[in-house]
Amino acid sequence: MANTFAFVESRSGELRRVGLEAVTAARRLADATGGGEVHALVMGAPGISAKAEMIGAYGADVVEVVEHAGLALYSPEVVAATAAARIGDGSYRAAFFSASAQGKDLAPRVAAKLGVSLGADVTAFETSGDAIVVRHPVNTGKVIATLSITGTPVLLSLRPGSVTAERAPRTPRVATIAPAIDPAAARVVPRELLAGNTAKLDLGEAPVIVSGGRGLRAPENFKLVEDLAAAFGNAAVGATRAVTDDGWRPHTDQIGQTGRLVSPDLYIACGISGAIQHLAGMRTSKTIVAINKDREAPIFKIADYGVVGDVLEILPVLTEAVRKAKQSH
Amino acid sequence: MTDFYGIDSALSEEERAVRDSVHRFVDERVLPIIGDCYVEGRFPRDLVPELASLGVFGANLPEEYGCAGLNNVSYGLIMQELERGDSGVRSFASVQGALVMYPIFAFGSDEQKRTYLPKMASGEIIGCFGLTEPDYGSNPAGMITMARQQSDGSWVLNGAKMWITNGSTAHVAVVWAKTNGDKDERSIRGFVVPTNTPGFTARDQKGKLSLRASDTSELVMQDVHVAGDAILPKSAGLKSPLMCLTQARYGIAWGSVGAAMACFEEAASYACNRVMFGKPIGAFQLQQARLAEMLTEIVKGQLLTLHLGRLKDAGTMTPQQVSLAKRNNVSMATDVAREARRLLGANGILAEYASMRHMANLESVYTYEGTHDVHTLVLGQAITGLNAFQ
Amino acid sequence: MKIAVCIKRAADMETRFKIAADGRSIDEAGVKFDIADFDGFAVEAALQLKEKDGTGEVTVISLGKDAVQETLRKALSMGADKAVHLKTDAVPADALAIARVLAAELEGGGYDLMLFGRMAIDAANQSVGPMAAELLGVPCVSAASQLGVAGGRGTARRELEGAAEVLEFPLPAVVTIDEGIARPRLPSLKGIMAAKKKPLEVKPVQVGESRVTVIKMELPPERTGGRIIGEGPDAVPELVRLLQTEAKVL
Repeated sequence: MANTFAFVESRSGELRRVGLEAVTAARRLADATGGGEVHALVMGAPGISAKAEMIGAYGADVVEVVEHAGLALYSPEVVAATAAARIGDGSYRAAFFSASAQGKDLAPRVAAKLGVSLGADVTAFETSGDAIVVRHPVNTGKVIATLSITGTPVLLSLRPGSVTAERAPRTPRVATIAPAIDPAAARVVPRELLAGNTAKLDLGEAPVIVSGGRGLRAPENFKLVEDLAAAFGNAAVGATRAVTDDGWRPHTDQIGQTGRLVSPDLYIACGISGAIQHLAGMRTSKTIVAINKDREAPIFKIADYGVVGDVLEILPVLTEAVRKAKQSH
Repeated sequence: MTDFYGIDSALSEEERAVRDSVHRFVDERVLPIIGDCYVEGRFPRDLVPELASLGVFGANLPEEYGCAGLNNVSYGLIMQELERGDSGVRSFASVQGALVMYPIFAFGSDEQKRTYLPKMASGEIIGCFGLTEPDYGSNPAGMITMARQQSDGSWVLNGAKMWITNGSTAHVAVVWAKTNGDKDERSIRGFVVPTNTPGFTARDQKGKLSLRASDTSELVMQDVHVAGDAILPKSAGLKSPLMCLTQARYGIAWGSVGAAMACFEEAASYACNRVMFGKPIGAFQLQQARLAEMLTEIVKGQLLTLHLGRLKDAGTMTPQQVSLAKRNNVSMATDVAREARRLLGANGILAEYASMRHMANLESVYTYEGTHDVHTLVLGQAITGLNAFQ
Repeated sequence: MKIAVCIKRAADMETRFKIAADGRSIDEAGVKFDIADFDGFAVEAALQLKEKDGTGEVTVISLGKDAVQETLRKALSMGADKAVHLKTDAVPADALAIARVLAAELEGGGYDLMLFGRMAIDAANQSVGPMAAELLGVPCVSAASQLGVAGGRGTARRELEGAAEVLEFPLPAVVTIDEGIARPRLPSLKGIMAAKKKPLEVKPVQVGESRVTVIKMELPPERTGGRIIGEGPDAVPELVRLLQTEAKVL
């Protein structure tokens, strides 16, 4: 029987989905060792304490809340010091973080402060004797490593979506605690949170590419492709040769035999039939989604997920769904 | 990258680094535009400053003249990578480096070297090489371009040159001319002629179906008056321009392998991805035989050039060895390009794929810098001691 | 400005990976190695900061076997001034153990900025930089997509899921570099020649205890393709669910 710890990520006063996934993961590990307690920490501006109940609903026995006006934005040094102090005080088997943009910043800081090891960006975990065994994609997901991590506690950051957040209701003991250091004393100072991430990513670098073809029917419909890319936030826009030749998009956006060769984590082909010249430029993408009205289009043969239908009808719905998913992350 | 025989392990770290840099340059800057340039019949002039800052011009000449000071294997790898892009781009670099910078370096005065080499390395000055004439291609000894020295020591040049790569782009031409009547090939000397000298005209040759992404021109010199110090003082007879051609041919032996590698890689990738009769065409024996043949010939060519480069770096390479490599590798590359084009089926005739472009380019490469047939005779003479040219 | 950049030698990610006979590592036969992607961005960021500053020195540091010297020379050929090879035959899987060695080298180096790639493209832990910062006790911003330095202070932007944040910090500091800063320059041929003459110091190091052990490496299942999940807008919820829970890309 062992207690576990979960850091519950929030942004702008709202819990993020990955934060609840960490609670579920901590719950599972505690249950797997014979039913220890899950202790959760959530930090934010005043008002964040209202979220304690929900954290309990996902299986936390104890919710510790740090409320401070200086924590309206993620303040890395304050959060890391507080999490390290809390984890250091308990004798936890494992402490869970999210492998989100915030969690990937936070977890290694906490691990170094505590002098313990971190299993980063793990997709699965289980106890094995004294160790915790995790799975972790390496080499851009082309290889999966299984790692054994020892020490007390073991810190883990969970890849988003690896665990589905599940309700496991209990009434948590809620305690309000002070931050381990005064936010005003932090050296690294968060200045602002910008809505949307607008950094223009190169096709070769973007983790997500949304690409359009003739199936969009008119150049102005590329707006739908741009909207979907914007909803992802980390996406670049690509196009087929037919589209760049017709001047709908600049030639620099062309993906394929004579254009850019790309292999993003996610490639969404919108209204692209999948001529061999285009496939040559994107077939090594890790996950391929195809949206096309022709069920027989070659693009579906290499797509992991195909949706048959009119891209002009489907894209707005998908964009909205992606935006929602990103917000609740 | 096609390295079936692990030849990388026979390269030094520096040689690999040079190759990798030029490789990435070609991938990022040449391949995306070259198909369009070819179709439009346009040399990608914007690349010249970038090629210069990368350091490819005269890369095997010494650092004191602003060059990279690389060994000859590195230089060969640069040519291989450039021609993996396009023979026209490699031709530009060959002419600039091996046919203009090299003769200035080998036969020029200290002042000529200091004046021209750093600015040619930096791409500020572009050069061309005027040897071939309309009626004297394989037989340069018969040239009729004349240079006559005036009483004040200056020179007046008259004649015409043809098939001159970079001719209309060049700021300066290295022109070869007889200085003692049209019968005396020992009187052939080199001259560094600014192309804005009155009487010097360059006209692009139109209607090429090969090397379309390269400027090819005809030069006409009518009473072109240059100063006494325009002559390359150490040039002496036909062997001087032939030494330049040996340098250039050395690069061509490497470059043609690059073109063949590009075609092979395109064909191999296409064979694995193009589905016909329910399976990739690479699963059919006919295409496998094609690919096996191509790869075998490429590996032989790679080994040939590497050893040739080591001989050149050791100072023991002979012109006949260069003839063998140029002859074999260019002929091999034309075969590989044609087979690749055929494997690509109908798609293979599109400029979107590289093989037909290489195929058409290589016909020029087969013909220039000593035709395939001329190199056959060079080898024949080396073997038998008997001259079959005359 | 004195800048250190910690770089890693990693396999080219275009490689078709094979698992070695021990089942716990990558078969390195025929695999090309180079500066890990994000570390290349970090080197470029350092060179641009130095060029903008007009003065300064960029030191590149790498931990590993002798082969990392080639990677260090690549950074020197891009324009870094000197290199340090922290020599060990075995680099552990434990990011903390690596961070300790690098922090020990950075300590007392007098660097204004200590840059890392956001993550090693192969191990993908995204941990060593922030850990080293903690061990050194200096401020840290991780995964910066923009970085400015002026008057002893830095400003960095980080990309978040559907948002971005801007942070300020005093120097000296650790910053880990995300893509989007600037594409790494090509080493010029002269740069390659010059790199051979730049100082490369070799320091044997002892890497401490690793509490992370690789038990197994395996290739993910082959892509099958051809799966149609539905028709029209009605298929969107299922698509989003699969992207979240199966592909884990959303």
